Amino acid sequence: MNYEVVIGLEVHAELSTNSKIFCSCTTEFGGDPNTHTCPGCSGMPGSLPVLNRRVVEYAIKAGLATNCIISNYTKMDRKNYFYPDLPGAYQISQYDIPICKNGYIEIEVEGKKKRIRVTRIHMEEDAGKLMHDEFGAGSLIDYNRAGMPLVEIVTEPDIRSAEEAKAFLDNLKSILQFIDVSDCKMEEGSLRCDVNISVRPEGEEKLGVRTEMKNLNSFKAVISAIEYESKRHIDEIESGGVIYRETRRWDDDKGFSYSMRSKEQAEDYRYFPDPDLPPIIIDQEWIEKIRSTLPELPEARKQRYMKEYDLPAYDAGILTSSKVISNFFEKALRKTDNVKAVSNWIMGDLMRILKDRKLEVENIPFPAEYLADMISLIDKGTISGTMAKKVFEKMFDSGKAPEVIVKEEGLEVVTDEAAIAKIVDKVLDNNPGSVADYKAGKKKALGFLVGQVMKESKGKAEPQLVNRLLSEKLNE
Amino acid sequence: MNGGKFVKLYELTVSQLSSLLKKKEINAVELTRTVLDRIVEAEPVLDCYINIIEEQAVERAEKVQKMMDAGELYSPLAGIPMAVKDNICTEGIPTTCASKMLQDFVPPYNAAVMQKLYNNGAILLGKLNMDEFAMGSSTENSYFKKTKNPWNHDRVPGGSSGGCAAAVAAGEAIYSLGTDTGGSLRQPSALCGVTGFKPTYGSVSRFGLIGYASSFDQIGPVAKDVTDSALVLNAIAGHDSQDSTSAGIKYPDYTESLVNNVKNMKIGIPSEYMRNNTSEDVRKAVSEAIELFEKLGAKCEEFSLPIMEYVLPTYCIITFAEASSNLGRYDGVKYGHRAKDYKDLGELYKRTRDEGFGSEVKRRIILGTYVLSAGQYDKYYKKALQARRVICHELNRAFDKYDLIMGPTSPSTAFRFGTKVEDPAEMYKNDVLTMPANIAGLPAISVPCGFDGDSMPIGLQFIGKQFGESTLLRAAYTFEQNTDFHKNKPVIKPVI
Repeated sequence: MNYEVVIGLEVHAELSTNSKIFCSCTTEFGGDPNTHTCPGCSGMPGSLPVLNRRVVEYAIKAGLATNCIISNYTKMDRKNYFYPDLPGAYQISQYDIPICKNGYIEIEVEGKKKRIRVTRIHMEEDAGKLMHDEFGAGSLIDYNRAGMPLVEIVTEPDIRSAEEAKAFLDNLKSILQFIDVSDCKMEEGSLRCDVNISVRPEGEEKLGVRTEMKNLNSFKAVISAIEYESKRHIDEIESGGVIYRETRRWDDDKGFSYSMRSKEQAEDYRYFPDPDLPPIIIDQEWIEKIRSTLPELPEARKQRYMKEYDLPAYDAGILTSSKVISNFFEKALRKTDNVKAVSNWIMGDLMRILKDRKLEVENIPFPAEYLADMISLIDKGTISGTMAKKVFEKMFDSGKAPEVIVKEEGLEVVTDEAAIAKIVDKVLDNNPGSVADYKAGKKKALGFLVGQVMKESKGKAEPQLVNRLLSEKLNE
Repeated sequence: MNGGKFVKLYELTVSQLSSLLKKKEINAVELTRTVLDRIVEAEPVLDCYINIIEEQAVERAEKVQKMMDAGELYSPLAGIPMAVKDNICTEGIPTTCASKMLQDFVPPYNAAVMQKLYNNGAILLGKLNMDEFAMGSSTENSYFKKTKNPWNHDRVPGGSSGGCAAAVAAGEAIYSLGTDTGGSLRQPSALCGVTGFKPTYGSVSRFGLIGYASSFDQIGPVAKDVTDSALVLNAIAGHDSQDSTSAGIKYPDYTESLVNNVKNMKIGIPSEYMRNNTSEDVRKAVSEAIELFEKLGAKCEEFSLPIMEYVLPTYCIITFAEASSNLGRYDGVKYGHRAKDYKDLGELYKRTRDEGFGSEVKRRIILGTYVLSAGQYDKYYKKALQARRVICHELNRAFDKYDLIMGPTSPSTAFRFGTKVEDPAEMYKNDVLTMPANIAGLPAISVPCGFDGDSMPIGLQFIGKQFGESTLLRAAYTFEQNTDFHKNKPVIKPVI
């Protein structure tokens, strides 16, 4: 039997405001444990929360960028449960009236476009971090992360495959980055994802029993977890077993999921409106003001690249997959008109080097203008394409400008005819056999001789010049 | 002091002492020492304080006196010794909520009111006893001690701000700050014969007040008369950006409302306040107050407030629900009591909370947890929120007709130790006349209006409309100017 996989996502994105959601502590990543804390975010008796207006603004922005309806009246609720990383024993979140609802994000998989509906986006605070066993005895708590502002984005069960999930997350990430509400750094935990998954026989309308998987800290983990869990569901059903509604934890190192708690054990969070925080009234004027500040979103920018620069959809898609890449591309174009070259270098060598060196786009050690400069050097014939690849690597090593690297390393193309002629003479003298072959009609020998000249010149000789000089001498 | 009969400094009011300080007839250090001496004398009998900070008080008095001499401080509260309830955070000074749970808790910051009082040159003498986490009506729920009523040491001072009222009545503080969630500062003020003023919800910052029920809690002064109450409120009221429920209104000078005139004031007396549990003596004293107001030109009228029936359950459900959440943070992880023996996290929580909380606190946490739980929420919590709206609406409707609501503060005078503490429902009923003001966030004040057959003080309560402090103070001040009840002082019999 064929099965259909049904997936819904819950994505937590950390907002990039300067201060936490309910106090004025910094949101900077890192810092010694418990140094980014105050009586408020560490749950001291008598402390009170004050909602950061910026957080509301960012959540509205996220809602507008994902085609949501913004609530004119909303409120903060308490979600009560005991855990040491939660200093107040309740998380301030939103329960029945989320700030944004009923939106969607468009994705494209294998050329097919599809809308993934966004059920809701709500604001909430993050919890602290437990550090187990680091000092042998017991656990320690770092409340630096407690009170960090989050939005939780919940989708309808509209996703049907790991590829669609990946496409949704890619698009969501680039949207959040484009509108500057989250940097979406998964390695710093500023984007986290829970997956709800169920399977059903193809054609069946009723949804299967779903499991929820937590602790998915990379897009790769989301994909592996979906693949593993859907197979687990299908195998279980095929072998006559039952899927229980439960929460499972994904172990990314070992590549499997295991049960955390069943729904029967599920906690009763006793949600109720936080009496320390008055309701939030959002008037239309505020919404429109925020709407007017929304920048060009990734999809619009992609269409523009296709039209303005005549780029293929695939290329335009990659170039707009992240704000940093896209901005890098546009910055480079300010110094060169060679769009195709910029696009090819970014999609080719740049991406490859980032991957080889395990770097994020944010960590490119030189400005985009340097890429433009390097392309200009190629276009002017100052360096060869082959040389350029070396120069580019060296730009990643040192962050230096391409002109400087070329000069320091003496990588300019040699166009001095007399100098090349000397090398040509030397090569001809040293390879009488090849010369004879050529003269005997074996034109292939020319290629070998060109190679020898290039080698002798350490790759710096201008190839056309070498060709011309060799031909002239051989045909004398 | 000039001529006449010998009056002790600790018996004087803020306004009297402030004028003596300004005229340099006394100085702040001498005054502080006098009140500290009075504490030494009366405290063994009354047990008002959880913690007395003698040295710090004298040090501060010296500093304040210097500033006053230099002309840098001219607040009427400058140099006046006072004390606060032990649920108001004081930087560097233990703040226990009268609970084993917070026995050793020293806040790293001051409550907003404390900061304001310090800025006004107030001299903090110490922290006052209360019912644990402000839950109770007799101060019998304190983990540390039982405060006695200065008028009769076999009787409770009321609660939860029992220490606040007893200390002011006995001259162990010139005034104090209490908190009022369901009557917690008005009821003890009535039972101890002093003035207790709960301002409109949102007028005094709750920042640094250890929360019991956030949407009800309000800080207010306990003082010897209405003038002092207005002076203290002037210092502590005002918008505070640290408290999201703080009101962004234009705050008046409350002393401007101290006018001896109630002509044509329309006063409504809910008949429910004069029936049911209200004792004969209390009824009589309030009736005499009504007669006096009539004589002074006010128009008094009884009216029916049927929603009184829903006040107690509404109060209990919402405040217990909020408390169950607010008190979750006392888990033994970060500060406060932690159980010694535990095998795992669950046991750490259970043992810590079992050992740290007293039985009334546990009762309210359990009930509050229940009314918020899945399956019960709609039946209890949601319904109580609806009832709260109805009660607010009905009270506001009364204010279409009346400038003020008046009635007894408490249905009875101070009761004997142990008589109600075993019967929570009976204890809760004691606050039913003060609860409406908290449910609706209205200002209310209790002033002395007589004594019962056992010479125990009786309190008269005024409830005003939202931010209607001015009318409230005018009525209370007029009553005070035309009576002498507030001038009576209890005699503290020293322990032999």
